[in-house]
Parts: sequence; C-alpha cells; structure tokens
Amino acid sequence: MCDQTFLAITFGPCDNCSQNKPLMNIYLKNEPINYCSLCVELMACQGLAKGETIHTLKAESETLKTKLEEERAKLHDVELHQVAEKIEALGQFVMKTRRTLKGHGNKVLCVDWCRDKRRIVSSSQDGKVIVWDAYTTNKEHAVTMPCTWVMACAYAPSGCAVACGGLDNKCSVYPLSLDKNENLAAKKKSVAMHTNYLSSCSFTNSDMQILTSSGDGTCALWDVESGQLLQSFHGHSADVLSLNLAPSETGNTFVSGGCDKKANVWDMRSGQNVQSFETHESDINSVKYYPSGDAFATGSDDATCRLYDLRADREVAIYSKESIIFGASSVDFSLSGRLLFAGYNDYTINVWDVLKGTRVAILFGHENRVSTVRVSPDGTAFCSGSWDNTLRIWA
Amino acid sequence: MTIRSDRDHGQRYRPRMSCLKKLEATVVQMQDPSTGVKGTDQKLNVTIIPHVITGQDIVAWITKNMNIDSDEAQAFGTMLVAFGYIYPLQDHKKLVLRPDGSLYRFQTPYFWPVQKWKAEDTDYAIYLAKRNIRKKGVLDAYEQEEYNKLHKWMNHKWDFIVMQAKEQYHAGKARQKADRVVFDCQERAYWIVHRPPPQTHSAMDYGLDRHIDPNAEEKKTYDYYRRIIIYTQQAVMRSRVKSSVSLGALAKYITTFKNHDPFLVPCLPSNPWQTDDDSYWELNTPDVEIPTKMRVERWSFSFYELLNDPRGRADFKIFLKKEFSGENLAFWEAAEELKWGTAASMSEKAEHIFKTFLAPGAPRWINIDGRTMGLTVKGLEHPHRYVLDAAQTHIFMLMKKDTFYRYLKSPVYKEMQKKAISPAPHNFSEAQLQQNMRNRRPSIDPIITWQKEQEEKAKAEAASGPKVRDRCMLKMLYLTSYVHMTAEQLVPIICIATSK
Repeated sequence: MCDQTFLAITFGPCDNCSQNKPLMNIYLKNEPINYCSLCVELMACQGLAKGETIHTLKAESETLKTKLEEERAKLHDVELHQVAEKIEALGQFVMKTRRTLKGHGNKVLCVDWCRDKRRIVSSSQDGKVIVWDAYTTNKEHAVTMPCTWVMACAYAPSGCAVACGGLDNKCSVYPLSLDKNENLAAKKKSVAMHTNYLSSCSFTNSDMQILTSSGDGTCALWDVESGQLLQSFHGHSADVLSLNLAPSETGNTFVSGGCDKKANVWDMRSGQNVQSFETHESDINSVKYYPSGDAFATGSDDATCRLYDLRADREVAIYSKESIIFGASSVDFSLSGRLLFAGYNDYTINVWDVLKGTRVAILFGHENRVSTVRVSPDGTAFCSGSWDNTLRIWA
Repeated sequence: MTIRSDRDHGQRYRPRMSCLKKLEATVVQMQDPSTGVKGTDQKLNVTIIPHVITGQDIVAWITKNMNIDSDEAQAFGTMLVAFGYIYPLQDHKKLVLRPDGSLYRFQTPYFWPVQKWKAEDTDYAIYLAKRNIRKKGVLDAYEQEEYNKLHKWMNHKWDFIVMQAKEQYHAGKARQKADRVVFDCQERAYWIVHRPPPQTHSAMDYGLDRHIDPNAEEKKTYDYYRRIIIYTQQAVMRSRVKSSVSLGALAKYITTFKNHDPFLVPCLPSNPWQTDDDSYWELNTPDVEIPTKMRVERWSFSFYELLNDPRGRADFKIFLKKEFSGENLAFWEAAEELKWGTAASMSEKAEHIFKTFLAPGAPRWINIDGRTMGLTVKGLEHPHRYVLDAAQTHIFMLMKKDTFYRYLKSPVYKEMQKKAISPAPHNFSEAQLQQNMRNRRPSIDPIITWQKEQEEKAKAEAASGPKVRDRCMLKMLYLTSYVHMTAEQLVPIICIATSK
C-alpha cells in the first residue's frame, strides 16, 4: 500500500465561492487550487474568453493529452511479464462445480456474497431476489421486486439487509428477518433514485451508505436512512455498467466502467474523477480492484480483460486469446490476486494467470451466458451466475 | 416475448455483436473446398442432401485450425450452431454441437444473423402461414400459439401476410424437390435461432439496450474541451511511480499471500466446498478463542490485515491495553463510525468524539501535531462526514509505522503465535465424503451474529467506564436526590464543575 501521507484538503472553504464544501484539487494555469464541484462546473461552462476559440481549446486539450502520455511513458521502464519471469509458474488446476443452485425462473443477472462466507444473494430478470445458504443450497429469503431486470444486488456488511435495483431506476434496501414468513417487501426502503436503469450497487464499509451506478451515465453515493444524495459522480459519457470500491485502508476511492470504454477512478469525498483509462475497444462490462487496491481489472465486450496499475497510471496487461471472441461479462480476483476469473458470453469461464498473462483453465458447465462471477470473501470458492437460470459454486 | 423494435440486434449501439464478424470469418474458412470441413451427401427419405458434415469433423477441424483443446473446440462449435451458422439435421430444436456422428449443414449466407435483414414479426407470420398452407396441423404447439398471437396483432395486414405466404409457397413448389427440402431446412433453422422454442434460448438475445447510444458523437462544444483540460491538467500533475516499483509491489503481494489463497494452496484442514466439512469455518470464526497459525501469520503482513480481521483487532487491543495506549485505536474506530455512519447521527457523533478524544483535558486525549489538531477543531465547528480525515490518517500512520511493529515484536503476539493451532489436513475416504454431503450443517443466521456483536460492543463500552456525558448525568442524579434541586438548576453548576 502506498505510503503517501499528505494533507490534501478535501473539505473546507472553496477558493472561489468561500462556501464550506467538499473540494476538488485542480489546477488553474499550473497553480493548484481547491474548488467546489459547482465552481468547477461554472469554470468549465464559462463563455469563451478573448482570443479563445473552440480550436484553441481543442489544441490545448490535445497538447495536454500528449503531455500526459509523455509523463506516463517516462516511468514506463518495465513490462509485467518481465517482472513475472522471476515468479514460478502455476500448476494444474482442478476446479469443479461443487453446488448448483436452481430456483430462479429466469436469467440470473447479479450475485453477491455475505461476509459469513457461505450465504449469497442473487437477482434475476423476472424480478426475484433470492438469499441462499450456498453451502446447504437452501433458499433462506425471497423478495419479488416490482420491476424486471434486477441487474444489481448487494449484501450488507452486517448481513442484515440486501440492496437491489434495476429497471425501476431505484435502489431499494430490504432488511432481512429471522421470521421466514415475514413479507420483506413491507419493510423495503427506497434509497437511490436515478433517471435510468440501475446497473450496479454496493454498500460501503457499513450498512448506512450505498454506492450506485446507472444507465444515465452517473454514479452516486446515498445515505440509506434518509435516502439523501451525499455525492454524485459525473464524467462518463454513456451508461455506467459496473463499479467497485477500493479495499485499501483509506477506502476513499472507487472505480467505475462504462459504455464509453472508459474506466474512471473517483474520490468519494469530493466527487472528483482522479484517474481515467481509455484503452478498451468496446463497452466495459465489469471492473474489479486487485486485492491490494493498487490496480484493477476490467472485462469488456471486445473479448479482452485488462489490468490497470493505479500507481504507474497505465494499462499493464491484456488477457486475450485468438479463440476467445465473445465479450467478458464479469471479472474477479482470487484472494492473493494471482488468478483472474472471467465469465464470458460464450457460456465459459476462463481463469487467467494475472502475472504471466496466460490462461490456466477454462471451465464449462453453463448453458447460456455467464453474467456474473464473484469470489467468496475468504477465497475458498467462487460463484457464477448465468442466463441459464442457475448459479454454480466452483472450488 | 419479443418487443417489436427497429433494432437490428443492437448493432447500431456499438458492435456488441462484433463476435459475429469473427464467427463469419471462421465459417467461411470452414467451407473452403480444400482446407475446410469435408462434407458428404446424405440420403433423407427419397432426396439426397449435399454437403452434410458430422459433428466430430467440425470439432476436429476447429481443434486443428484454432489450436485449442477439443473441449474448447466443442464449446466454440456450439456457439456456431447457437448463432445459426451451422444447423443440425437431426433434433433440430436443440442448438448444440455434438462431437459424434450427428449431421449438420452450413447455413446459407442469406440466413446468417449478421445480415441487416431483421427477423421481423411480419416475416415470422408469413413463414408460419406458409407452413400452415402447405399442410394443416404441421405447426408445433408453441408455433400455433405464436401464430394465433400474430394473427390477432397483425389483423390489419393479415391479407398481405396470407398473400405473401401463398406467393412464397407457389415459388417454392416451382423449385426442384431436393432444393426445396434444403431450403425448408435452412429456413426452419433460421427461425429456431430467432424465435426459440420454449425452454430454449436464442443466442441473439443480448439483453437490454443501452440507454445512451455510445456510437453517437458527443457534441464537442467548448465546455467539452474545457472539462478535458481541467481533468488532464490535474492528471499530469499527479505523482506517479515507476512501473518497476508498482509492478514489483503487485508481484510481492501475490507472493506474500500465495499460501493463503485456497485456489493455490489447499486450506487446512480442508476446503468446505470440496469436502462438505465446515471445520475450516468453525476454526476461523471472528470471535474464536484460539486462531489458526495461518491467520496469525496473516496479521503480520500489514496493519490493514490486522485491523480487518476482528480477531486480530481484538488481539491488538489487548496489546494496546497493556501499553495504556488504547485511545489511538479507539479514536480511529470512532472516526470510521463517523465516516460510514448515517447522516442524521453525524453531529452528535462528532461532538462525542471531540469531548472524548480531542478536547483539552479529554479522558482519552490523542496526541496529534498542532496543525492537524487545529484543522480538525476548526472543522468541527461545522461537522461533516470527513471532518476527522486528517486526524484519522495521522493516527493511522502513527499506529502503522510504530505501534504495529512493536506489536509484532511483543510478547502478546508471540504468545498468540505459540498458542495458535495448525489443523491437520483431512483425509476423507469416498464413503466419508458421501456422508459429509448428506450431513451438511446449516449455520447461525448472520442477523443473530450481528445482534450478539452489538450486545458485546455495548457491554464493552459500558465496562470501559462512563464518559464525560454520563459522568455529568450521574452527578446530576446524585445531587438531585440529596440536594433537592431540579435538574435545570443543576446543569450550569455541573457543567462548570466538570469542564475544568
């Protein structure tokens, strides 16, 4: 973990409007300043100054972009596979389906593990959200959402609630109950409100806040109790399909991937887009942090998965093969970060060696697209959900 | 149920079906007369169908030409069949590739899915009507249902549909029998792909359409460029690190955690998912008395690992208690609670933290530098979620760089390392595994675990002594009962007395 201890001012009086707000650290004529998000917007939208035209602005943005590439290239002294040469190769893997969870009546779209390492929540196209004890394959709770295509579901860190959303444009939190006969929909709490479908949601370190991403191109942080919008994140120019919170000890950033082929890293406090990577050739379906929080992987419709290093600020690996031509819908790392599990639209799951860039295993079994792949919290197994209405636990 | 739309299978919105072009290229190669898959003529009733290929030949060709295993080749072949580039002659409703003598044919490019010709409901209605004309009762149950539905929907153009169907039927009759049979097969295969029978799915189903068309050019107005400039400027000024350093760190992380990754090194005593024995989870519960050696080793990897594991944090607290420096961790935990807590409770929490940790003379005063203290106290005038960020980072770094290393060298940790257990690996026989499978144990509901944890926390808080506010309350109660004053009269006196 990076040992940078700096006192970045993230809240306080804005240099422009003097109001106490979360601050973005930006540069005005090479001088660092702290503006609130409103002032940054105003700055961006201010009319053309004397001597400025669209062409001068375009030229300026081009020069800056080239400068950024130069800065990145200066520190690009070694490739990942060179570093990987010193690491010993992996042996053969035997991964089998250990459990098959049947019960959904339609495509399974999303899955999330509980912190107790054996329960999962899954959501499907027909609006059903089911909580399973995956170890015994028992269904423990079931909720019927008032909408179809429930693309996002998440288990609360306490294990006492689940959040889900989809075509209803909302994210709702359902507190779970010990009484099996209780109607969970009665205690439902509507938290997030977007203007288009909800593609992904995640609790932060507690049950009290939810981070959501939507087809309307934005991500947002919400307070669960009051439903208040705490922070919104603008920067994607198309649907945002996936997000993931950083596991690092400071826990203040998250990464999102969208249909504009960009993967953006955001500061949760100020709403600022701090890093952006645009090397994919098609929609990014899934983003996931490396366990140390210093890198993240993406899975895309261009049939590749890529690894981006946050400290070196560039793409460091591409996981692809000639024979893999279908998009990757979901990715996740194993506990040590050595393996990358990726579910594809050709009904298979490919397991990649993160360091060496080679594929170590291909898993068959699903009869339709693999829509979601998640490793359990203690790394003992991973769960895959598919459009064939089933979930499989592999170990 | 398909929703009528003008979309050509989502190809307008980003080539989400870009795989189709690659599949096409492969199919063309497979049909090459010299290097492609070898076909034969097959007799079907009285006609001879040309260019019939077997499943095993397809798999063999793919294995050889794409340089992959036969399993993967079979999966790839299934994709070709699912999309309709190759169709089965026997069992035509199941679109999978069987690696045996099952018979298949290449679909004619006219019916390839990549063509701009949309699989419209009108065309489907004409197809079903045509088959109905040819022979009554030949439609399957699901087809009959679809036909009735379409008849109802498209009632207004039903004459047109019937006319088209009749035209196509007569045109078909004019062809040679062999050609007609082949064409019928091809057309039927096309519709199986685009209108799947019940209990099957269509590979052309790509899910939901995107809300924003990413192929549409973004309007490049001046604010578009300004935003790029603002972002790129701060991106250029960000500090970055040499690749060798950061990639080295990634590799180091993997090496450090290698033995703890159940996919790389089997976990002890055994992986519950593999043997149906949940001892591994029993031995690693958050509040277990004696942790395992692996777990204790993991605490030494980084301060974050220690804090993240509730058992590790508890052990660290014991160490801090011995050193009488528990306030740092308590402050960090309180700050975390503030950061991730509900918006409504924030100002109350912030005040409580100030009184307990930051105020001069506070009972658990933390030692931070003047600048940070100044910033924090000033921020607390208008408390918000991140007001303690600076102080929290300072304390965290202090603990990480100093206290953590002392902990690792301390007798508390060394004791724990000695006490920690190392379970022997299970060695179940086949019969035992079967039995385990039958006796999978359910676990306590996480809600109950959570409730217990909260109770424990409340007890611990009460036991650690009353805080300032509570001391105030106790004094008030004492005085109201002995001095016969009301609470309101007492408040100013008490506050002056305790604020010294």
